[in-house]
Amino acid sequence: MAHASNPKSRRRAIAGAMILALATAALPLQAQQRDPAYAAARAAGQVGEKTDGYLGIVGASTPELRALVDDLNIKRRANYTERARAQSATLEEYAFTQGCVLILRTVPGEKYQAPGGTWQTRGTGAPERDSRCP
Amino acid sequence: MRIEQGDGRSGHRTLRTVALVLGGAAALSGALSGCISVNAPDKPIVIELNINIKQEVIYRLADDVKQNIESNPEIF
Repeated sequence: MAHASNPKSRRRAIAGAMILALATAALPLQAQQRDPAYAAARAAGQVGEKTDGYLGIVGASTPELRALVDDLNIKRRANYTERARAQSATLEEYAFTQGCVLILRTVPGEKYQAPGGTWQTRGTGAPERDSRCP
Repeated sequence: MRIEQGDGRSGHRTLRTVALVLGGAAALSGALSGCISVNAPDKPIVIELNINIKQEVIYRLADDVKQNIESNPEIF
């Protein structure tokens, strides 16, 4: 009763709760963002989404780009393996389906691989995808 | 009689061997005279391994792969 009637302490309690909520929300958000080097390479069209669900280097390769792409592809493969098992699908089936969706979610200017294997720049329209893609 | 039969058989076998050797030589000389030059392609050979993936499987997995992006945005 005394606590609720005191506007000062109530404001302090609300502020405290908000800070706590922000701090707990910020931790996973920070971990889930794209690595800045990866985000930059995507935006510059140096890496692109392949039809098989993995990343590829589009132009000239550098050791830095290779390390970046390899690291993400190893993580993707581990993730696909786990999810494919849960879905009773093969690694290739899962990875290919993921590739379909990842290509669809590229933004204009980013690179993706067309069904024929060529690198394309995503425009404003729909990307060229395999006929089996959902 | 028995010895003659045996000789006859071995004679057949010899003929067959000769025929095989001649055939092999003919094939070899044919291959040598008709040379075919093969140039390596300048583009890498891409083997399409995804050809066996069925559309029904892709449709079944479609929802899960979308959820996967939301759950693990840092690797996509």
